[in-house]
Amino acid sequence: MTTLLVAEHNNEILNTATNKALTAALELENDVHVLIAGHNCRQVAEQASKLSGAAKVLMADAPHLANHLAKEMAALVTSLMPNYKAVMSTATTTAKNFMPRVAAMLDVAQISEIISVKAPDTFERPIYAGNAIQTVQSTDSKLVITVRTTAFASAEEGGSAEIEDVVVPDPIGISSFVKEELSKSDRPELVAAKIVISGGRGMQSGDNFQMLDSIADKLGAAVGASRAAVDAGFVPNDYQVGQTGKVVAPELYIAVGISGAIQHLAGMKDSKVIVAINKDEEAPIFQVADYGLVADLFDAVPELDKELDKLS
Amino acid sequence: MKILVPVKRLVDYNVKIRVKADGSGVELNNVKMSMNPFDEISVEQAIRLKEAGQAEEIVVVSIGPQKSQETIRTALAMGADRGILVQTDDFVEPLAVAKIIKAIAEQEKPELILLGKQAIDDDSNQTGQMLAAMLAWPQGTFAYNLEYANDKWIVTREIDGGLQTVELDVPAVVTVDLRLNEPRYASLPNIMKAKKKPIDEKTPADYGIDISPRLKVLNTAEPPHREAGVIVDSVAELVDKLKNEAGVI
Repeated sequence: MTTLLVAEHNNEILNTATNKALTAALELENDVHVLIAGHNCRQVAEQASKLSGAAKVLMADAPHLANHLAKEMAALVTSLMPNYKAVMSTATTTAKNFMPRVAAMLDVAQISEIISVKAPDTFERPIYAGNAIQTVQSTDSKLVITVRTTAFASAEEGGSAEIEDVVVPDPIGISSFVKEELSKSDRPELVAAKIVISGGRGMQSGDNFQMLDSIADKLGAAVGASRAAVDAGFVPNDYQVGQTGKVVAPELYIAVGISGAIQHLAGMKDSKVIVAINKDEEAPIFQVADYGLVADLFDAVPELDKELDKLS
Repeated sequence: MKILVPVKRLVDYNVKIRVKADGSGVELNNVKMSMNPFDEISVEQAIRLKEAGQAEEIVVVSIGPQKSQETIRTALAMGADRGILVQTDDFVEPLAVAKIIKAIAEQEKPELILLGKQAIDDDSNQTGQMLAAMLAWPQGTFAYNLEYANDKWIVTREIDGGLQTVELDVPAVVTVDLRLNEPRYASLPNIMKAKKKPIDEKTPADYGIDISPRLKVLNTAEPPHREAGVIVDSVAELVDKLKNEAGVI
């Protein structure tokens, strides 16, 4: 039996989260076919064909798939499922939107945000914002799984899978795409960055995030934020790291003016090295930090900026 | 217009949960329970739509033990009109929850079902999407803004890259994200009034739904513990350690 992996992409570039989900998919010990669904997305299919371990790339190209609307994606994936034992995707907002729809149409449970594969039907997943890890075994005939990609290594390149066009079901309608307002940034994506620097309520304003931007540019880092900073309107929602925002696991995570609520820790505590800068020495963030600096961030961050200049 | 709002009773978000030593699950006895925070946001949004004259009736549904009635009462005290308790002591997975709500939706015929995007106990983030699929209704997940205009629901969604706006035919399923609104506290007079609002009591069997789980929970464990590291005295020391000890910059 074969596993279908639904790729995350923007019709131009394959999101690297897919490479990590492929590693998880290969642990099911089946062939993996990668589905590229979108519009004018052949270049993405070509990128996917190079992933080592992908046995085949399926391309579903149609105007009504351009924006990955849930019902159209679910209809497509479900139409392919007679040939597959399992369907997997990344735990990104796109796949979280359509994957449960697929599960419902197949009348099976979805297993959300797996962090390890124990056996081809048994998985570990975090519950209670990562404060407990549950091991679950599926009893369903088919598996529908989303993958917390920070928990898996990236699949290598070096493959040359054939690309096959698939028949796309007719559009369903009933909902339509209006617009997208995407944050523009030259920095790496938050979930893929090797270094992340995040600000919390202690930043006091959106303007003050420029201090973090400057450091991010010197380190090649992405900038994130706690929920408190997003709720206060300092930065847009897509900066949020935490239980309900993005889960990151970079080499280095620098938390600035973040107290360390459980919900925030859930999104970053698997980072390799954690640095906390906070003037409150009792802040819970220090309990997970490898290096803590008890200091006023408005002194420490400009100083950090200068120290980094000395390195280069 | 009628709005259906499913709510879940679970461990209060401020409680530090305790994993049982035998691996059988998370301790739920003698722990403070509350309404799922995302569900409070969906109740609030339904009430705002009613206050704006866009909805006439708000029906709240909860599936769970008898005590879930308290959670329904909370929603009624905030301003919902009546409740339906689907009583069961068994653990109900999102797939079965969606089936029960579907059956209720077929009886109640709401124009909108508003749900929290996920419950903060199992963090599944599935029920709304499954429900929309079963009803063959459009869905708008992770709502940041919700408006009704020209016989459509216009939902602005929080997505990884920013915001996305979609237009949905009526009826629709919408799941709410954190920033849609700030839920109100119920006033004492409204808490008193809520005690007189009706709550229907049902069971999953009344709707002919099989709630047997599809996933076997083999174990529940504490996550790996992360030890606190060292406190450094200066920024210079921090940079030195990051470069020469950790080797990450």
